[in-house]
Amino acid sequence: MTGVETEHKGWLGRSVKRKEDTRFLAGRGNYIEDIKLPNMLHMSILRSPFAHAKINSIDTSRATELPGVVAVVTGELLAEHNLAWMPTLSGDTQAVLATDKVRMQGQEVACVIAEDPYVAHDALELIDVDYDPLPVVISPQAALDPTAPLIRDDKEDQTDNKVYHWEAGDPEATEKAFAEADKVVRLVTHYPRCHPAPLECCGCVADVNPATGKATIYMTSQAPHAHRTVFALVAGLPEQNIQIISPDIGGGFGNKVPVYPGYVVATAASLLLGRPVKWIEDRTGNLISTGFARDFYMDGPLALTEDGTMTGLRVKMLSDQGYAYADAQPSKFKAGLFHIVTGSYDIPAAHVVTEGAYTNKAPGGVAFRCSFRVTEASFFIERLVQTASYELGIDPAELRRKNFVPPEKFPYTSATGFEYDSGNYEPALDQALERVGYKELREEQKRAREEGRLLGIGLASFTEVVGAGPSRQYDILGIKMFDSAELRVHPTGKAILKLGVKSQGQGHETTFAQIVAHELGIPPEDVTVQEGDTDNTPYGLGTYASRSTPVAGAATSVAAQKVREKAKKLAAHLLEAAEDDLEWSDDKFTVKGAPDRAKTIQEIAFAAYTDHPEGMEAGLEATNYYDPPNMTYPFGTYAVVVEIDRGTGQWDVKKVVAVDDCGTRINPMIVEGQIMGGLTEGFGMAAMELITFDEEGNCIGSNFVDYLLPTAWETPPFELGETVTPSPHHPIGAKGVGESATVGSPAAFVNAVVDALAHAGVREIDMPMTPDKVWEALNEAGLAQ
Amino acid sequence: MITQAKPTTQEITVTVNGAEHSLAVEPRLLLVHFLREKLGLTGTHVGCDTTNCGACTVLVDGVPVKSCTYLAVQANGKALTTVEGLADEAQLHPIQEGFKEEHGLQCGFCTPGMMLVSAALLEENPDPTEEEIRWAISGNICRCTGYQNIVKAVQWAASNPKESS
Repeated sequence: MTGVETEHKGWLGRSVKRKEDTRFLAGRGNYIEDIKLPNMLHMSILRSPFAHAKINSIDTSRATELPGVVAVVTGELLAEHNLAWMPTLSGDTQAVLATDKVRMQGQEVACVIAEDPYVAHDALELIDVDYDPLPVVISPQAALDPTAPLIRDDKEDQTDNKVYHWEAGDPEATEKAFAEADKVVRLVTHYPRCHPAPLECCGCVADVNPATGKATIYMTSQAPHAHRTVFALVAGLPEQNIQIISPDIGGGFGNKVPVYPGYVVATAASLLLGRPVKWIEDRTGNLISTGFARDFYMDGPLALTEDGTMTGLRVKMLSDQGYAYADAQPSKFKAGLFHIVTGSYDIPAAHVVTEGAYTNKAPGGVAFRCSFRVTEASFFIERLVQTASYELGIDPAELRRKNFVPPEKFPYTSATGFEYDSGNYEPALDQALERVGYKELREEQKRAREEGRLLGIGLASFTEVVGAGPSRQYDILGIKMFDSAELRVHPTGKAILKLGVKSQGQGHETTFAQIVAHELGIPPEDVTVQEGDTDNTPYGLGTYASRSTPVAGAATSVAAQKVREKAKKLAAHLLEAAEDDLEWSDDKFTVKGAPDRAKTIQEIAFAAYTDHPEGMEAGLEATNYYDPPNMTYPFGTYAVVVEIDRGTGQWDVKKVVAVDDCGTRINPMIVEGQIMGGLTEGFGMAAMELITFDEEGNCIGSNFVDYLLPTAWETPPFELGETVTPSPHHPIGAKGVGESATVGSPAAFVNAVVDALAHAGVREIDMPMTPDKVWEALNEAGLAQ
Repeated sequence: MITQAKPTTQEITVTVNGAEHSLAVEPRLLLVHFLREKLGLTGTHVGCDTTNCGACTVLVDGVPVKSCTYLAVQANGKALTTVEGLADEAQLHPIQEGFKEEHGLQCGFCTPGMMLVSAALLEENPDPTEEEIRWAISGNICRCTGYQNIVKAVQWAASNPKESS
């Protein structure tokens, strides 16, 4: 790792070791499966073996008689309480337990509640379900055929398998750009279905107290406050009687944003039985039924002038939504933020047409480490630019450089309506080229080809849009996408910071404590960061889409500044000086021109409880609900070098360079950790991760034997670099960074492999680029050995 | 009426982190559930059920074993080490310190298994190459870090061995 050492004064830019590590290193984390309540029952889920079938009957009598079984819950029972269906985060509906039909393999059909988890699993085999299999639809193209079976016949107004149609940009201007183009280059590609697959599966412990009616639900939730509101709406429980507690989470990556049937059934069962009910998902349940990602079919041309100036972009996109539209994304944008597809380029005209279709697959898709479909958009444009470079005979790096949004154009309004806050793309490109040794590599590539070796160099110069978001545009189910921070400074000068977001490994307990330290001079070790308990933190929309630092980080900064304002009044009182005569530095107020007359934040905090002036409220605390004025637009350039084995199609990664610009880096160690994690997930998608289906709708990729994740053996080493272009509207200039590398890197890997074969006319290899697919491409191009 | 054969139990004695435990367990009880449910040692996690991810790794007589596909009865008479047994009273094991120093963990879910395979590697090979480290930990999946910092954490531990008392 070779992140640039930045000069730092104070707490920003300092690689403080993580506070949260202590408990994890000792095996003393508190994950969902570790939670055990007295008198607790265990739930397991019976899932459909068919992708599409009518349910004739469900006989639970044998299961119910098994000693240790307390109850068997079916859709019929839930329907009596109006709980058989629930809303999704995109305003569609999804079955909690199937009543009429199953519409995907793995759909939840019945739940067993037992005294012991082993018995709960035994009983699943004793439930008899009589199914009539129906024809299945496994592609969105087939779904839109007028003769396709209607998947959502439960919805009154639904007469076909269309989910949404949504457009952005200017069709006329784009039409004109294409009419006048010297050159038109097209890319048709599929970003295949993959899965976030956090190492910890989903689960919950629902505890409804029969005496008080209070529902305490411990659950793997990236968005506990939003989930509380959904529970109130779904179950009709009074919201003050619901407490969602999200304990330590073993990775989320978007998978733990939706509400899943297991949570709802466990809660309903606890309510009906008066005992706590625990549900822990197994890996197959996680992979086949919970939020998948991607599955976008993209097709579009790019208009260019002869000299390589991009003049127009048109993209048609068709998404495979599964049997329910369950994207967790802002309501106004039906295909997420896919319309950021013009990327880092100053393309004057663009038109994006998006459609979604129902299929007999799991509902989704979630934004797997991505700000609502930015990954697919970035992949598309970065692949298309490379194709254009081959067709025009212009070096891919130079074609990018020529078309970058120039620094003087920021804030920049894109053809599809985004206002990029800040950016300076060339230095990141130059640094990546320099670090990877681009010029020399191109020469080496030539020599290698002469020797019969296949070397490829792939670039991606991505721009993301993260930090949702301004309330005028961004909401989920109507709830505006602000976030919050409440900061209380204790009498001894220590503090607690309570947030509406929720870490799943991102290191919030350290990073956010550093923001407080930066603003108030209270060292990070003196600041406890609390998250994930809806009774004890202010309302917020949660952690996903790289929004924690842009939104809750800003809220923390503003709350701390409010505390400082009050601290100034207290300091003026203590120092018997006018407020205007005080100046702040690091951790204290000093009387101007009298450096020995000063009060530290700790002394001021003590006075807030022991010596506050008459007429002032006691205490030292502040809350901020931050509504960001704009999104943040992190960017960077990634470069990947590969060599391909002509005999096997295996590709070996020789080098990966990632230059990221996320504005101000609060904790560089944590930022670099996020980037390397994202690069690895991007590598996984490019190389091996795939959820696919056979003709009968059987999910292939339903366990870690079939769904491959990169291990330390395959994962290449990474070289990191940075440039710093602060966000002009964020209080400390920070942008989100947790997802940049997942967004930017897949195209760089694919571009590298395609680049190795480009001289033989190869333009496209679909992800995941498994050796057999690469070998096919080699063979067709006459390069196989 | 469904009758379930009365679960037979079997008496086992295992030494876990130096303490001996004798318990009667169902023969089908997985070792990971024995540790988590019977002994309350929840630092050992379940990530995949199929021996792929290694979150459940513990040491059985010093050898890394994935405890989600290993029966508790198979551990009878053996000595086990779990993450809770890594630290020596108040002093962290060098591998624990290495993970903290090099930011070798994010969500922490794979960390116990990763640290145990790494500790076993260093017992056998106190000065491993990067390739040897990557191979040794390749049975364990981390979804957060990208492994580079885990490799560095193991190298840190190799350079800072426990002082012999």
